[in-house]
Amino acid sequence: MIALEAINVTKIYGSGVNAVKAVDDVSLSVRRGEFVALVGPSGSGKTTMLAMLAGLLKPSQGQIVIANKDIGQMSEGKRTQFRGRYIGFSFQANNLVPYLTAQENVELLLRLNGKLNRQGRQRAHDLLTRLGLGERLRNRPGQLSGGQQQRVAIARALIHEPEVVLADEPTASLDTERAHQVVQTFADLIHEQNRAGIMVTHDLRMCKYVDRVIQMMDGKVSRTIFDRQAILQLAGSASDLEGVPPSPAAEPASLGL
Amino acid sequence: MALYLAIKEVWRNKGRFSLIASVVALITVLVLFIAALAEGLASANREYIEKLNGELLVFQEGTQLSTTASRIGRSSIAELRRVEGVSAVGQVGFSSAKLLPPDGGDEINISLIGVEPGLPGEPTVFAGQQLERARSNNVIVDEGVIARIGAQVGDLIRIKVNRGTTEEFYNLNVVGLTDRRQYFFQPAVFAPMITWDKMRPESSGQSGTELVSNVAVVKARDPGALEPLIQRIDQEVKDVEAADRQTAWEAIPGYAAQQSTLSTQQFFTFFIGVLVVGGFFQIQTLQKVAQIGMLKAIGLSNWTVGWTALLQIVAVNAIGVAIGAAGTLALTSNFPVTVPISLTGTTALTSVGALLAIGPLGGIVSVIALLRIEPLRALGMAQ
Repeated sequence: MIALEAINVTKIYGSGVNAVKAVDDVSLSVRRGEFVALVGPSGSGKTTMLAMLAGLLKPSQGQIVIANKDIGQMSEGKRTQFRGRYIGFSFQANNLVPYLTAQENVELLLRLNGKLNRQGRQRAHDLLTRLGLGERLRNRPGQLSGGQQQRVAIARALIHEPEVVLADEPTASLDTERAHQVVQTFADLIHEQNRAGIMVTHDLRMCKYVDRVIQMMDGKVSRTIFDRQAILQLAGSASDLEGVPPSPAAEPASLGL
Repeated sequence: MALYLAIKEVWRNKGRFSLIASVVALITVLVLFIAALAEGLASANREYIEKLNGELLVFQEGTQLSTTASRIGRSSIAELRRVEGVSAVGQVGFSSAKLLPPDGGDEINISLIGVEPGLPGEPTVFAGQQLERARSNNVIVDEGVIARIGAQVGDLIRIKVNRGTTEEFYNLNVVGLTDRRQYFFQPAVFAPMITWDKMRPESSGQSGTELVSNVAVVKARDPGALEPLIQRIDQEVKDVEAADRQTAWEAIPGYAAQQSTLSTQQFFTFFIGVLVVGGFFQIQTLQKVAQIGMLKAIGLSNWTVGWTALLQIVAVNAIGVAIGAAGTLALTSNFPVTVPISLTGTTALTSVGALLAIGPLGGIVSVIALLRIEPLRALGMAQ
């Protein structure tokens, strides 16, 4: 079942001679229980695409449909409300509210959706414990390591059972070992909870945990990799943080179905 | 949600928010202190006139409503009594004297005020009796005198008056006690007009034949229609001008200048308060841009973000004002009676109201800044 669909989405910054097409007629979709990596070099349009999928940015053209609603047509207030209900986020930094404990940070989305009750608290507790933070529930972000903070952010992104979970460079501030731990946990939870997940990353090694890789180049989808072996090969060949070079052998851009 | 976030942030950053609450408390002390001083000085200047049991004061024309320069004779009093709408008229004379404390301490400057028994100008006593006889050594003293020498009804007090180069001493019987009726920063002793006339320092312009006072106090039949009465007095009585009580006390030498100086000080203290509170919350806002961006990105509305900030500003400011007000109250209640500090209910409430407004006023810029934060830009995702 498709959880998220982008149809012919274009984003143009500026106007006239200064107009820049950051995303150019991109279509993609993500099913429930599917974890997708959006990769590409700097300036390829992947972050702009993620911002539009998240409802943080209105597309200049095209549609973004989540839960059968075109979020591109919504007012800013409606989109904010929609994000709180249907989308889970993990950012590369500044993920957590510094004056709330780990448990309170996770419960924030339940509180926002009016679902904070005894069961909700228990679920937040269980999720954090599952993520290895059972002893850190009452710690504030400043008392947690970068990896622990990312795991709290993952728990927060999933606690309110959103339609779509989005992660922007979730491993940017982590060492290799912790980066693998975080993304693996993220992937496991997306699969277990049957959510649609999209991760923007520079680190191709993290692609081994995803089901599909969408590569962007100059605002367009330059290739989509479905094949498990090809994905593992891509992740295995990446020795450090680098963008994916365009490959003539790659499959053409598609809806990814 | 807004209340939850506001409380959590303040509670978990107690040190930072206590600091700004302390600054607000100090500003509150300063503002209330200036307000109390302004009120105290104003009262010390005008108390007697403010509490007069007559609506109008009549001065000699051309004296610019100066009680010391004005002279009103008995003939003018008789004319005033014939003006339509006048219910009663009493002569009032002002002079200075020194009160000699019974225990031999320092002499106390007093306002020696001559009044006509039973007529406007004579204060109402709360203990003892009114001045019943026009010729007697009986006097009424105000609470200022009571506080300084502990005078009671039946006591004999001794005053000293300088007549030219000689000093004259008078023994007076305290027959009544009245509330605070200071005039020109001095506690007041009220004597019958004829007695006062004998005791006061003689002036060169004094008439030898008629009893001359400084002003006349007029009680109107209709206190709601003073303006027509003032016009009638000005037209029908020669060489006088009438004024209501407020106009009269505002004409006391130095009164307006003093009050405007203190008002200016108060305004600038408020202004500083607004800047300090505004500056604090603005800095805090700048430090929280990424955090607010993240909160908006995960679904917090502008409304919630704005309310959270406003609640914090109002709460922290209110705590500071409460601490400052309590401190000022404790401080002023322990001042000696000679210090002109008066924190009345109205003064305190007005100032506290204004102080409560400095938080939202100062914080409005930071709230607007918070509302304008764009999640994409704040999270570094903008192009």
